[in-house]
Amino acid sequence: MKTSHRMTGAALAVLVTAALTSCGSGSGPESGSGTVTLEFLVDNSQATMDTAKALADAFMQANPTITIETETRPGGSEGDNIVKTRLSTGDMSDVFWYNSGSLLQALNPAQTMVDLTGDPVLANVQKDFLPVVSQAGKAYGVPAGTAMGGGILYNRKVYDQLGLKPPKTWAEFMANNDKIKAAGITPVIGTFKDTWTSQLFVLGDFYNVQAAVPAFAQDYTANKAKFATTPAALAGFEHLAEIHAKGHMQEGFGSATNDQGMKMLVEGKGAHYPMLSAQLPPLVSSMPQAATDVGFFGIPGADAARNGATIWEPPGIYIARTSEHVAEAKKFLAFVASPAAADAVNKVVQPAGPYRITGAKLPEDAIQVAKDLQVYVDEGRTAPALEFVSPVKGPSLEQITVAVGSGLTPAAEGAAQYDKDVAKQAKQLGLAGW
Amino acid sequence: MTRQDAGPRTGSGPGPGPGHARASRRRRGSAYPYALYLPAAVVYLVIFLVPTVMAFYFALTRWTLFDSEFVGLQNFRDFLAEQNLRIGFQNTLVYAVVTSGLKVVLGLLLGVLLTSKLKLRGFLRSVVFFPVLVSTVAVGITFSVLLKPDTGLVNQALAVVGVDGGDWLGDATTALLSVALVDVWKGVGLATVIYIAGIMSIPSEYYQAVAVDGGGAWHRFRHVTLPLSWPATYSVIILSFIGGLRSFDLIWTMTRGGPGFTSDTIASIIYKQYQAGFFGLSTAGNVLLFLIVTAIAVPLNHYLGKRQVTA
Repeated sequence: MKTSHRMTGAALAVLVTAALTSCGSGSGPESGSGTVTLEFLVDNSQATMDTAKALADAFMQANPTITIETETRPGGSEGDNIVKTRLSTGDMSDVFWYNSGSLLQALNPAQTMVDLTGDPVLANVQKDFLPVVSQAGKAYGVPAGTAMGGGILYNRKVYDQLGLKPPKTWAEFMANNDKIKAAGITPVIGTFKDTWTSQLFVLGDFYNVQAAVPAFAQDYTANKAKFATTPAALAGFEHLAEIHAKGHMQEGFGSATNDQGMKMLVEGKGAHYPMLSAQLPPLVSSMPQAATDVGFFGIPGADAARNGATIWEPPGIYIARTSEHVAEAKKFLAFVASPAAADAVNKVVQPAGPYRITGAKLPEDAIQVAKDLQVYVDEGRTAPALEFVSPVKGPSLEQITVAVGSGLTPAAEGAAQYDKDVAKQAKQLGLAGW
Repeated sequence: MTRQDAGPRTGSGPGPGPGHARASRRRRGSAYPYALYLPAAVVYLVIFLVPTVMAFYFALTRWTLFDSEFVGLQNFRDFLAEQNLRIGFQNTLVYAVVTSGLKVVLGLLLGVLLTSKLKLRGFLRSVVFFPVLVSTVAVGITFSVLLKPDTGLVNQALAVVGVDGGDWLGDATTALLSVALVDVWKGVGLATVIYIAGIMSIPSEYYQAVAVDGGGAWHRFRHVTLPLSWPATYSVIILSFIGGLRSFDLIWTMTRGGPGFTSDTIASIIYKQYQAGFFGLSTAGNVLLFLIVTAIAVPLNHYLGKRQVTA
């Protein structure tokens, strides 16, 4: 009998230890002496961290009883998993910064986030932004920072020197590339070590796709339209292959990184970089010429009369359903979605495109890229990227575009591979019609 | 229950006795009360066995962290239809064969060198073993910098002797091989240590016999060292081959399976699916990887183990 007592004791000890370790993180942040602390999770890109800090500082100045503690996480799919894990285990920070559009749909917002539909928090948010932070008609977030353009960033000094004009068609673009190459400058910068950067020729081409096939997004979501069989959609892959076939990228494009590419562009060693305009503002402090020397144009398509730019909506800031300080969190979100917040951010980070908040304006000294993009917006020549109008987005696009852009896979085969990749994702999401 | 043996059991009994006697001896033979095994058993159960069994179930579901839906064998079908799976298999095998082969050859040569009467023997042994101690991720990051096309030390060194080095990790033809060579650099120390131990355990009488017969250094190596260090060779092959099949950390830090899919291995394909949030699908991949590694490793172990007895 002695032994069995001992056994019970040991079993109990093990159980207690297991219980302690498994629910060790249950307690929230302590709120002492009347102040409330809000945890704010953001991704660790420079632009995001600067914006988040500007928002938090300005908010805390206006609301001394609320402290905001910013916490960072990695970006990309690694960050997606951190956000998903923390939401599903109830361990999410009070407010968090996350993509809008298709990625948001995968977070199951109805179960994990505070519904803001009809809340005064959204009073200043532009109505046409709301769909990208909504699921099943309910809105969950406010826009963080500005929209950005996805297209070609180009060095204006190089263009001036060679007497070139921003192209309106793909043929003009390729003609410019030939002249740039003849002048001994890299025409197109490729940075395939950061694989996501290889997708821009495809994703940034969506303005042209929807201009040619207006119902593409809808049919694509419903499993009716495919990249490989829609010539306008296939064009993005073909452009990528053509750039490689002509040898327009710099040597070592396969192991170059996004930072190196941006530096090449600003220094004028490369003329074009298919990229998001949001990559530029963080560079302005270290390389002031980035504000003036780099311009933006949308990826040109086949038809000069239908020229435009693809834009990426700003990410959202959301409130976790598990937050114990929802009232304070809403106060913060209402501030984020106000012109005052835009002013505060403008002082610290140069906006990379237009705001989605009514009454928020670009500053007088906005960087050239933002001004170029504003022209497209004012003239109504923009379309949101496909990921904002369809929940379907395959995870392997970046590897496929690297393979097509490195000449390893022909364009048509790459597009077909992507269609398969998309089918896999749609099945995993359990979408109707797949 | 309360009777306990005084000391731990030493050695196995003298051959199989009658079943009845053996069973009773085994019951008495437990050296410690079962309660002492319990913590280890619980940890093993909770951290290893339960997740393993759950993995076999979750491989049959579509699972989003928020909810799961039973889909039968659909995940296995989808995983096997993965377009880069063939490249992944091929790369995994190539990687395992290249790394384990080179580790055997280099490990043996270094082992012979480091058991000879060198002045700096102790120091050199530490030098060879040192890369094993460095974290794999750190090695990967360091070599990605060293292998950069323009600024990397490797290409600059090659330029001095007039060779134009390529974009080692960015070029589809060299990426996998470059990673494999770095893996060999990192892992050859362990192989060397195993060989050193194997060679040291060869009785010196054999070498004396070769000397008496008038044999030279080549004869000593070919007819004594090589055959009698077979046991070490088996260990090195098993360890590095299984390591090669599971290879992931170095490949992920250096190329992320790229450019495109050209240096993908099974493990990196599974990891990418996990990253994409396809948890059921990637679990199915892991179950398959588990079965494949078992299917290769168990017969290999059995076969090499048999050879070892006869050697």
